[in-house]
Amino acid sequence: MTGWSHYRGVAVGLAAENIDTDQLIPARFMSAPRSAGYGQFLLHDLRGPDFPLDAPEAEGASILIAGRNFGSGSSREAAVYALVDAGYRVVVAPSFGDIFASNAVNNGLLPARTDTAALLAVMPATLIVDLSAQTITGAGLALEFDIDPVWKTKLIKGWDDIDMTASHRAQIDTFAAQRRKQAPWIWDTAEDTTAPGAGTNPAGGR
Amino acid sequence: MRTLFDKLWDAHVVLTREDGASLLWVDRHYVHEGSHHAFAKLAERGLAVAEPALTIGVADHYVPTRRRAGITDPDIARMVATLEGNAATHGLRLFGLADPRQGIVHVTGPEQGLTLPGMLVVCGDSHTSTHGALGAYGFGIGATEVAHVLATQTVWQKKPARMRLSFHGTAAPGVGAKDMALHWIAALGADGARGHAVEYAGPAVRALSVEGRLTLCNLSIEGGARCGMVGPDAVLIDWLRGRPHAPADFDRAAESWADLASDTGAEFDREESIDMGAVAPVVTWGTSPEDALPITGTVPDPARAPEGRAARIAEALEYMGLRPGQKLTDVAVDQVFIGSCTNARIEDLRAAAAVIAGLRAKVPGMVSPGSSLVKAQAEAEGLDRVFTEAGLDWVDSGCSMCVGMNGDLVAPGKRCASSTNRNFRGRQGPGARTHLMSPAMVAAAAVTGHLTDVRPLLQGRA
Ligand code: SF4
Repeated sequence: MTGWSHYRGVAVGLAAENIDTDQLIPARFMSAPRSAGYGQFLLHDLRGPDFPLDAPEAEGASILIAGRNFGSGSSREAAVYALVDAGYRVVVAPSFGDIFASNAVNNGLLPARTDTAALLAVMPATLIVDLSAQTITGAGLALEFDIDPVWKTKLIKGWDDIDMTASHRAQIDTFAAQRRKQAPWIWDTAEDTTAPGAGTNPAGGR
Repeated sequence: MRTLFDKLWDAHVVLTREDGASLLWVDRHYVHEGSHHAFAKLAERGLAVAEPALTIGVADHYVPTRRRAGITDPDIARMVATLEGNAATHGLRLFGLADPRQGIVHVTGPEQGLTLPGMLVVCGDSHTSTHGALGAYGFGIGATEVAHVLATQTVWQKKPARMRLSFHGTAAPGVGAKDMALHWIAALGADGARGHAVEYAGPAVRALSVEGRLTLCNLSIEGGARCGMVGPDAVLIDWLRGRPHAPADFDRAAESWADLASDTGAEFDREESIDMGAVAPVVTWGTSPEDALPITGTVPDPARAPEGRAARIAEALEYMGLRPGQKLTDVAVDQVFIGSCTNARIEDLRAAAAVIAGLRAKVPGMVSPGSSLVKAQAEAEGLDRVFTEAGLDWVDSGCSMCVGMNGDLVAPGKRCASSTNRNFRGRQGPGARTHLMSPAMVAAAAVTGHLTDVRPLLQGRA
């Protein structure tokens, strides 16, 4: 992933709250390999004649402005793939589902948190997003947005977590050895540890 | 003085970066068919699974619930086979389609004693919050993170704020964990607990069985929480003893779990409380779990809603095919579904069966047990016959109609009374209309053909 800190693009508005991950990508499309491209599935079942993302002025849109609780629901990263593959780089909303936001950052998509009422009123429009300064400007507006500082750094630097974690290998190994001493049962998964019959009520209930 | 969450957090921190992100050790990582993206990422980089013994595969999201022997849908067959292939390649324990212990990951893990108090549990599924009922720190992660956990057995997290949600008083008859959950989500909003680790507390939570606590913690994510948890107590220890993967030296382990409870006087960043006197059997009317009301209520009127809410209510009502002011008990349903990791454990099936026993369902429906072992136990208790004699289908275990990935769908425009966790647009199929409620309330809807207060039906029944 390459980092970025400044971005200019066409923004489109989706004035709805609680755009959940099932709407972002309906479950039936998720068995496809990523190489198939997920952009075509984005908000698939909401699309219709008046859908704002399909308006001619929204052509080439890469910034999405939405309502409260965007990306709520499931951990399906496919919701982010659909946005990214459809060309989106930034989503602006007053709040996000936590897992969605973290998935977004892992794919270079900025979840910018700010009140969107004013922005939604002027959509579509060309906007400039300055990640370093945490500002969105354009269409006569200038707004600040919130982003977790850890995520901000990650987006700007384009960091990859697996590579970063690899540099901590020794600490992880030391930790694992301690954990094994402290709670050895964590590793006892290969065989049932109780005598046959001991788990006679495995489905629970007393 | 530390909270339960502080203790779980502290016990898993490998290191904390200057910017506040911590690298956490993962004790249990559950994978399912939907984890294919993560395995593909691993393969791309030529990486191995760091801790195969701590990584457990479960076939649930795509598995058929009928005629399992030969899967006819090629996409579904491929998903199940891919999981089997990845488990074999990396030497992972797998509860596959043919395993008698197969089930929904959040049912099977606890049931097998693979999730235990004090553990950090992750899975590429948001309802991993369920595992918190066992005094564990469980949370859902996305595919990039799944790949990271596979490769390193760790996950980067920033410590969430701590919130205690106390339920005071006692649950009235006919009121259960599902009602408590939907009640608080309606009160605080679908993003009400965003950024928080929620500890459920208070007498009404203590009084819940472990099954009930699993339901309560399961729905944490629907209120936006990072995770939900209940402090370990004697009820939990009893429930865990004798589970297939319970520690060999159970007493020693149980002793260490006793220390996990929040210390008296430990401080939370936020405190919320719910009076059980206000909690009635709940149903949802809209397209977000926060759209929940007591069954005695009426469909909200956008014209009377506060500004800013009106448009969303109107849209939800249009999608759901409801009229403002309509009594919820007048809403006719087309079908029912009892299943999912939220409400398909043995206790849930017993509660539904108690309502339905000896009656005929007025609408078609399906009952899919939370695991194959739950199914076997229910059959041993004769619950399967209660459902089939009522006219409902008794099928195999899997995510099924909770998410519809296996083809178990609600048809467009059809209305389903469902024991699941999400009433999102299209969750149960394109155009499907979902009403969430407890399994007992689903049973009540089945026998009357409309949304129904289960309480009068419970009179004179166990
Ligand atoms: S039953 Fe539903 S919520 Fe639970 S794991 Fe399966 S898809 Fe997720």
